[in-house]
Amino acid sequence: MESIDLHIKRELLEYLVLIRRFEERVKVLYHQGAIMGAIHLYIGQEAVAVGVCRSLRDEDTVFSTHRGHGHAIAKSGEVERIMAELMGRDEGLSRGHGGSMHLFEPPKGLMGGNGIVGGGIPLSLGGAFTAQYQGSDRISVGFFSDGAVNQGTFAECLNLAALWKLPVLLVCENNQYAATTPVERSTAVRDVVGRARAFGVRAEKVDGNDVEAVFQAATAAVAALRQSQGPRLLECETYRVEPHCGIIPDERTPGERELWNPRDPVSLFVGRLVGEGAISASDLEALERRVRERLDRAVEFGARSPWPDPQVDPHRTWVLQ
Amino acid sequence: MRKIWYKTAINEAMHEEMARDERVFLIGEDVDLFGGVFKISRGLVERFGARRVRGTPISESAFVGLAAGAAMTGLRPIVEMMYIDFALVAMDQLINQAASTSYMSGGRVRLPLVVRGQYGTGTSEAAQHSRNFESWFINTPGYKVVMPSTAYDAKGLLKSAIRDENPVLYLENRVLYTHKEEVPEGEWLVPLGSAEVKRAGADITVVATGYAVHKALSAAEQLAGRVDVEVLDPRTLDPLDLPAVLSSVRKTANLLVVQEAPVQCSFASEVVRLVVQEAFRDLEHPPLALGAADVPVPFSPALERAVIPQVEDIVAAVQRVLEKGA
Ligand SMILES: Cc1ncc(C[n+]2csc(CCOP(=O)(O)OP(=O)(O)O)c2C)c(N)n1
Repeated sequence: MESIDLHIKRELLEYLVLIRRFEERVKVLYHQGAIMGAIHLYIGQEAVAVGVCRSLRDEDTVFSTHRGHGHAIAKSGEVERIMAELMGRDEGLSRGHGGSMHLFEPPKGLMGGNGIVGGGIPLSLGGAFTAQYQGSDRISVGFFSDGAVNQGTFAECLNLAALWKLPVLLVCENNQYAATTPVERSTAVRDVVGRARAFGVRAEKVDGNDVEAVFQAATAAVAALRQSQGPRLLECETYRVEPHCGIIPDERTPGERELWNPRDPVSLFVGRLVGEGAISASDLEALERRVRERLDRAVEFGARSPWPDPQVDPHRTWVLQ
Repeated sequence: MRKIWYKTAINEAMHEEMARDERVFLIGEDVDLFGGVFKISRGLVERFGARRVRGTPISESAFVGLAAGAAMTGLRPIVEMMYIDFALVAMDQLINQAASTSYMSGGRVRLPLVVRGQYGTGTSEAAQHSRNFESWFINTPGYKVVMPSTAYDAKGLLKSAIRDENPVLYLENRVLYTHKEEVPEGEWLVPLGSAEVKRAGADITVVATGYAVHKALSAAEQLAGRVDVEVLDPRTLDPLDLPAVLSSVRKTANLLVVQEAPVQCSFASEVVRLVVQEAFRDLEHPPLALGAADVPVPFSPALERAVIPQVEDIVAAVQRVLEKGA
């Protein structure tokens, strides 16, 4: 496998840190009441969104999930307007109509998250269908997690994607839990890669906490997809550090989180880059400062953005005739 | 003037719109090989190729969702449901996804999607192949609901539906497929949201949908000389052409709504509600909603006929409104 250019490694690190600090900020704002609704934090899984989305072009489409802040930031970079959307404001990505689970930035290929587990997988095939129909080498990505592999849409879409050789990259973020249910209690055959292969979809498992591994696997898959070689699936093994969402507490087996600590995707990558001499302690400090200042601006932008005007809103029901 | 079948009109609309707009494609079970099980897509695959006419596996969630995703990314899909009953298998994709996405995106994504399929009763196919679905989708924000009763309307409405920027449920009556009517050559559109008076009358307005339009016209014939019945076909159920309904009711001062679906929380009950709310003082008698009995549609023709409003039921309902009130 080719090694990754230094400037790309720096970009990957920048996004990893940005998403981690964004989510930490969101957690605080949520508990202060400035952000409302169901908030599913992405902490611990950043390497998946960053590794996959940074291997894409703007025009490639991404169909995300309920746990989609990371995908949205990594694909669109629109931190300020994402923050405004979480706060329900008019300048939010979806003008306050979608919130955390429905972040849209079509010019950057971000086609929304989804409130329905497994509901976005067919849509992601649609993005791939359009690309194929138009004879473009764009590709489409459908994110989902271990809970979604037991939905009918997953099986239906593996078959349809393989049958029609759709340029879709299906990314399963296996974070070990669906709400409070661990994978072993929901899934008889846990081998997602094997399931995909049984349908004729080429599939591979990667360490979802290693951003370089994800980036390399995604880059190779995307290159194959652009050459119309049929759909691919990546199973990214990772760990959901936080509870399922703001309102659902959970308890883990004592010591379980600690086992994953050394695999934390941010510290893992920082450690590796420092070890390689690719970044210094002061680079890191500067990065953290940049991210902190950007997030300060994002929170300020969100808080200052007006609320959507309910008087205007009904006219948007029949969209843009 | 030439005479064509209702189903030929639908087929012509798809031919013309696919020729007009490269982004339009058809997707559904069996739509390619032999033109679909009801032959509605006859000739399309031969003319436009397998790229634009896609036969699918029996995976309603996958192909409806794929179509929705294709619409979100720039295409204009027509989804054929072999029977509208099968839409239930894809309800998440139809409602949570297709109907909601454009709005949830704050209008940043458009979703021009036509879901068309045949529905109806009168062919002894039992409850899982006889559903009337219009009221479900009227109750769903995000859909327009179209239900033509004539070949002319079928063609003009489908062309408008395909050009619309929103999800449209386009309902084709199975019994009407082989109704032959005079239909001109050339191009026309019937705009969505416009009703039409199919028969003018002075004594009572009968708002009827789908096949019930024809039954209402027969009832009007039978009553002619005694009661002068106006038959109004809304053609698009959502958005409803309420001004047309109100102006007819203000003229006749009486209202009967007839549909083949059950009445509770339905299109018919909704029209009654709107008329009571907007034109109560113009009404002479209490209005009435007539629809199917509240049972799954039975198989035997003897039973099926009994649970669906027939011409004689409409005649009786008209008399009931006018003589005694509801
Ligand atoms: C169809 C459906 N069923 C249930 C839910 C409620 N729900 C939301 S997220 C979730 C768990 C999903 O687990 P997984 O797919 O593994 O994603 P993760 O939350 O771990 O990222 C559940 C049960 C839902 N949103 N949609």
